[in-house]
Amino acid sequence: MATVWVIVCYLGALLAFALGSKMFFRGTSNDYFVASRSIGPFMLLMSVFGTTMTAFALVGSTGKAFERGVGTYGLMASSSGLIHAACFFLIGVKIWSIGKRHGFVTQIQFFRARFGSNGLGYLLFPIFVLLVIPYLLIGVIGAGKTLQPATAGAFPELFKNDNPILNGGVPPWLSGLVICGVVLAYIFAGGSRAAAWANTFQTLVFMIMGLVAFIFIYNVLNQAGNPTNVAARVTENGMVVQDYTFDKESRKLIKAEKPKVVGKLKHPEEAKKWAGKQPHLTREEVEISHKAKHPKTKELIDKTRKVGVPWLMFLTYMFIPLSVGMFPHLFQHWLTAKSAKAFKLTLIAHPLCIMVVWVPCVLIGIWASGLLPWGMPPAAVLSNVLKALIGNPVLTGMLTAGVLAAIMSSLDSQFLCLGTIFTNDVVLHNSKKDYTDKQILFMARCFVVAVVALTYVLALLLQNQNVFDLAVWCFSGFAALTPLVLAALYWKRATAAGAYASVIVVAISWLIFFAMSGFGGEFTVLGGVMPVAICWMAGAFAMVAGSLVTRPPSEETVAKFFP
Amino acid sequence: MKKHSLVFLAVFVILAVLHQDAWNWDSSKLVFGFMPVGLAYHAAYSVMAAIFWGIVIKVAWPDDLEEWAEGGEGH
Repeated sequence: MATVWVIVCYLGALLAFALGSKMFFRGTSNDYFVASRSIGPFMLLMSVFGTTMTAFALVGSTGKAFERGVGTYGLMASSSGLIHAACFFLIGVKIWSIGKRHGFVTQIQFFRARFGSNGLGYLLFPIFVLLVIPYLLIGVIGAGKTLQPATAGAFPELFKNDNPILNGGVPPWLSGLVICGVVLAYIFAGGSRAAAWANTFQTLVFMIMGLVAFIFIYNVLNQAGNPTNVAARVTENGMVVQDYTFDKESRKLIKAEKPKVVGKLKHPEEAKKWAGKQPHLTREEVEISHKAKHPKTKELIDKTRKVGVPWLMFLTYMFIPLSVGMFPHLFQHWLTAKSAKAFKLTLIAHPLCIMVVWVPCVLIGIWASGLLPWGMPPAAVLSNVLKALIGNPVLTGMLTAGVLAAIMSSLDSQFLCLGTIFTNDVVLHNSKKDYTDKQILFMARCFVVAVVALTYVLALLLQNQNVFDLAVWCFSGFAALTPLVLAALYWKRATAAGAYASVIVVAISWLIFFAMSGFGGEFTVLGGVMPVAICWMAGAFAMVAGSLVTRPPSEETVAKFFP
Repeated sequence: MKKHSLVFLAVFVILAVLHQDAWNWDSSKLVFGFMPVGLAYHAAYSVMAAIFWGIVIKVAWPDDLEEWAEGGEGH
């Protein structure tokens, strides 16, 4: 029950802090959408970083490292440090200046004006919505999956569950309702400014909690001489074993007399090469067969996991972080900046913040390979490590609050951004009626409520689907669209035809690969190439070809967008 | 393109190449006694990225953009 109280206190504190921003709310739609462009460097850093780091940052990174090993950091984090900052510098600062000069509050407004095409907005609108919604679902469903095991045992009579790990825990329908309710409350009241305040609070919470979890886990596993000794090891006969067990009562890490076999090399001829090695510590790929519970029948089935990262995948994964250049919710955060100079702190500190969050999580994932069953779903790794090794309800509550903070700091911006897009790009655009600012504000709030309600219902309907598999596809879709924004900002010759061609080619190629993957999950082509690399290049080619075969934009357009 | 922009572009490409640290690929050496070298390298890489962007800000910050932004119809 202590865990529940800690989480309730956290949500209360968050709500109080975010609603505090209401004191500065100016009551205008401009304040609601872009905080009257008044956010300073620190809040901009916290809101941009908090929005970029979703449930993936804490839960996903640990789970991915549990699956793939040490390569996870280079695959997703260090490349992001370089490329996210490049997007903030090359796209964010320029977008801020154009948005400020011409009064844009959404991405679609910018693209419509830059390419002089209303239709482009109508083409982009459904694409953005369809790519953001799975991202929202990941957050709401992820919150439910985190809270239920963390609060298990708190309400044994009220929330019965056949699974002892979940029995008495807050069920997903209730956690989703609470999370959506809290986020809605502050977004409804304060819009962009409340999101920036809440994100600052939440980003600090999840960074601190990630470090606290790491220190506790490090101290427990350090009983093995060093925590990395705990990671799974390959024996001379090709078996994958765990050498240690953790005794909860004595709180001691015990070296097993007979190591526990958790898998074996799929290709036994590699046994000599891998003997004595810990596969999670390198990036060399090795296939390991292991047992896992079937998600529906609960029977043990044979599975194969690839530990390590193939070189081509490592190389082409560098396209994924480009997605921040096209995220509509990040676009909106950029526009809230008080000045271009406010971006400076974000540029320098963003790679460091990524390091502070990701290095501990990747290490925890590597260490978990020597403690947890190999069939465990990656999303459950962090919560199970915390529960197994820490076992203190107050601390578990605080760490769960940290995970919720990471999730909610993305949810709020996404809810707000969809409400903003609906209001500005669908209703107000081309509307012949003159709306007052109060009416616009009312409309935006109604749309935010509708988006939150729709997300909640979809999350309930899809809670047993593996939506986490969709994350990389959402990122890929946005990343593949970056030739559009780069050409819009840096190539005077880019035309509407090029923009249409680029968006259509990206949409078609993305859909083809998505279908080939079986509609989600990790998927590569040509021996390890990430589909995003091909979609991106196809989109860039289409942009260039489409622009060159059509007449250049008018001098007026060029003068408007190229200082 | 200004001279410093070309230099930064070149450094950016070098950093992107350095991201592919093939020499650490199969190494399980530990740094500080507990951190796999492949992870330590990429953590240091994050610090390097921060330093790189710090230098870019110092040398190539587009001050004129801010002035341009302030003088528009959005006010």
